[in-house]
Amino acid sequence: MDIHSFFKYYIKIRKGEQEQNMENALIAPAQYVFLFIPTIIFSLLIPIIGVAIFAYIMALRMAPLAKAAPDKRFDQIPQRIFNVLKIWLAQYRQPRYRTAGIVHIVIFFGFLILSIRSCSLVIIGLAPDFVMPGFDGVIGHIYNVLKDYAATGVLIACCIAAWRRVVVKPARYAVPAKYGKDHTAEALFVLGLISTLMISESLFEATEVAANAKAGLHVEFLAPLSLVWFFRLMLMAASEGVLQGLHIIAYYIHDLTFFFFLCFLPLGKHFHVITSLFNVFFMRVRRGNIKPVRYGIDEDALDQLESFGVKKIEDFTWKHLLDFYSCADCGRCSDNCPANAVGRPLSPRFISIKGRDTLFKNYPIYPYGAAFKKSEPLIGSVYEEDEIWSCTTCGACEQECPIGIEYIDKIVDLRRGMVDEGLVPQSLQKPLKAIEKRGNPWGKMEKKRAEWTSGLPEGVTVKDITKEPADMLYFVDSITSYDDRMQSIGQATAMILAKGGADFGILGKDEKDAGNEIRRFGEEMLFQNVKQMNTEAILESGATRIVTADPHAYNVLKNDYTGLPPVTHISQFIAQSVKSGALRLKSAQDNKVYTYHDPCYLGRHNDVYDDPRAALDAISGLKRVEMERCGDRSFCCGGGGLMLFYEPEEEQRMGVLRVEMAAKAGANVIVTACPFCLVNMEDAIKVAGLEGQMEAIDLSELVAQHLA
Amino acid sequence: MDILVCVKRVPDTAENEIEVNKSGSDIERDDLVYSVNEWDNYAVEEAIQIRDNVGGTVTVVTIGDDESEEVLRREMAMGADSGILVSDKAFEGSDGKGIATLLKAVVEKGKYDLILTGAQADDGAGQVGGMLAAMLDYPYASLVNKVEVKGDALTVGREIEGGNQEMNEISLPCVLSIQTGINEPRYVGIRGIRKVASVEIPTYGPGDLGVDASLVGTAGEKVKRLDYFVPVLGEGAEMLEGSTEDIIAKLIEYLKAKGGLK
Ligand code: SF4
Ligand code: SF4
Repeated sequence: MDIHSFFKYYIKIRKGEQEQNMENALIAPAQYVFLFIPTIIFSLLIPIIGVAIFAYIMALRMAPLAKAAPDKRFDQIPQRIFNVLKIWLAQYRQPRYRTAGIVHIVIFFGFLILSIRSCSLVIIGLAPDFVMPGFDGVIGHIYNVLKDYAATGVLIACCIAAWRRVVVKPARYAVPAKYGKDHTAEALFVLGLISTLMISESLFEATEVAANAKAGLHVEFLAPLSLVWFFRLMLMAASEGVLQGLHIIAYYIHDLTFFFFLCFLPLGKHFHVITSLFNVFFMRVRRGNIKPVRYGIDEDALDQLESFGVKKIEDFTWKHLLDFYSCADCGRCSDNCPANAVGRPLSPRFISIKGRDTLFKNYPIYPYGAAFKKSEPLIGSVYEEDEIWSCTTCGACEQECPIGIEYIDKIVDLRRGMVDEGLVPQSLQKPLKAIEKRGNPWGKMEKKRAEWTSGLPEGVTVKDITKEPADMLYFVDSITSYDDRMQSIGQATAMILAKGGADFGILGKDEKDAGNEIRRFGEEMLFQNVKQMNTEAILESGATRIVTADPHAYNVLKNDYTGLPPVTHISQFIAQSVKSGALRLKSAQDNKVYTYHDPCYLGRHNDVYDDPRAALDAISGLKRVEMERCGDRSFCCGGGGLMLFYEPEEEQRMGVLRVEMAAKAGANVIVTACPFCLVNMEDAIKVAGLEGQMEAIDLSELVAQHLA
Repeated sequence: MDILVCVKRVPDTAENEIEVNKSGSDIERDDLVYSVNEWDNYAVEEAIQIRDNVGGTVTVVTIGDDESEEVLRREMAMGADSGILVSDKAFEGSDGKGIATLLKAVVEKGKYDLILTGAQADDGAGQVGGMLAAMLDYPYASLVNKVEVKGDALTVGREIEGGNQEMNEISLPCVLSIQTGINEPRYVGIRGIRKVASVEIPTYGPGDLGVDASLVGTAGEKVKRLDYFVPVLGEGAEMLEGSTEDIIAKLIEYLKAKGGLK
């Protein structure tokens, strides 16, 4: 007896029962009997076993989160809800990568729509007439059309995604050999699962509609050109027995796939299907700052901590572990990471993947009852020292990640752990020690901190605010104070402030390095030291506002210090003063083409994008173009502060790539608004051999040249 | 293995501008910052690594005033188990031999299998290690850039002329002077120093060490410093001036002109 005759045979037996329910020509899975076994048993067992396995896996997945370090993620709820609506629901960041973004949006909304259908299908396996509450009227009909198209859309999206994986192979999906095996197989497997869900769902419905149509019964409207619509067309010629068989098979394939998929999600990168909602809700709300060493421990109680930073996997905060689970392996972070671009041994995506693999390995779900593994030190086994030092904390990765995964705090926490263990490269030990002794990374004498003022033009005076009160404090910071070339930024800034009518002064030898990088390189106690000394000096000066031309100082004073007067960047001062008429600028006298490079600590970390451009545009006749990577996609120049001292393994300099981008945009002057950017750009111009064709200048210098 | 490492507090050359004082008797010390002599850091790191490999203890010793305690704490924060401060008015102004005499007394007061010193000090003459070994009648290897423990002997490597490496076996107890580059000394932050801030450090005076005060300090000084000065420009010498870039540009120009660069 072949399978078709089988079905016919049983259909005959069951026809009697069916008489009462004349609406459908086919027997529903809840009433079907196969080889004397009522299939309703499967309808019951599959969900029960599926949910049980899922619950077991999830419990194990949550175990490390319970052991992790505390975090503070239940504040600012309205902002968090807003993030969920914008970044999770509206998929705001997805279209930054167009094709992949659109494909993802289709699958995402398809899943949302079909989740209702999938849940009701599970119940239909038990109660054939079940309808989701509220879906029995017009809404139900609209929903049915919607879900038909959703399934179709998702299937098409899956095909495009698979094609991209297999044929197009975008570089950002590649897995370098040192990070393990390629992830294509898993991606394709999941695309296959999703497609199976879509096809079986549509087939289940199409068989019923086709059978009903053939029997002259009431026929549910099918969305034209949808998957189910095509299936029905194809199935109109099939016999009733075939339809019945397909109907039941499609149902259980769907049921099995659905619960298999559910349990498969927490085993790999598709965990994000479950966690992304929470991950976005808990994502970083404030920017520019660095997390405290440990939430709940005050700065003055830090000495009591046994250990600093992250040394083993459970030292991360629970949100950071959730990040590891949530990473979708899309590679957008690494695609934007300047360290990755120049061949440094860092790819943020693999910080997540390796973290996730470690969690999976240490908290095994198989075999049942397996003991948790003892955590090993991460550095040297999972992460490498150079990998963690390679990050410039530019923030490009966090800006890009569509599910709010963060890296800077993780990297800083890992560095804190390394500093605590004494694992600091020699190239960084010297400047750190110099800061400890002299308050600046070059170890120059404190008394020479204000020497740059001797180069000021006639008529511009800078007060020593420790002796003479002033309204505004100009925080110069180390590089502008001591570096021969960068002193000119200090002088330009003083000229602008004076011309703009500001009553300002400097701290001179009482100023210490502001410490943006000290903190970001993990030397928290040294940072606390300079922070305390600077805070005291600033408050004692009586200044009511602070201005600086160094975005690193701007960032740290604004976001990591507390209790200071408001901090402004010189570009904001210029933009405001031009607007108020306090500053007047001459028009440009050259035919050069300018482009503005957004410093990471001004742009991405603090959203100051427009003021520097407004300041440039205040110079009438200045020709300005934008680079392809600008605004929040700006490309790091190579990093500032202590990063200038670090000797990375790299194939190229970030600055060289950046200078080439400027050349490509048709510019011959790169304007930046940060002394570190200027150092890196000027070096890069030489390295790239573009001397004479390209120059770099600081915004303050350019504006000072054009003071009317 | 019980290891004694001799360390010294010196003006930090990287973070100071060293100038000779007006009378020419010393350098200007008002604005100086001090740190552990660079070579000594390598010696301590090496000692810690040996201890971590084969067990034992690491003791650091320094001769100086109260402020020298700071360098002991720094080395203890690195991982040395204990420190000894040798300090007394009578020890001030000791010459190299005086220092070696004091260190010898320290060695004899304890029980050490291995004594390490830095190859030299920023402000020294690289003489103490050798003298100490001779006074103790211990074998001595200088400028050591590799140490391996082999039972009750050591295999030590030294870099010799032309970048060649020489390997020697040396029996214990012995004295080694350690060259920079032998390892990567670990970082010590403020936090590390604070952790050992309350550890007791004994101070040894003449009584504790049983040294004859006439052999050390200014009393025992056999080498006297007569003068300090910045050498005058000799014939053919030229100081390049200007910004770093200008200097480099000029240097390249000279090298090219003299055929040193093609
Ligand atoms: S912060 Fe910048 S350098 Fe660091 S991982 Fe992210 S993108 Fe890369
Ligand atoms: S961290 Fe974000 S951007 Fe990077 S691979 Fe994971 S999901 Fe994609």
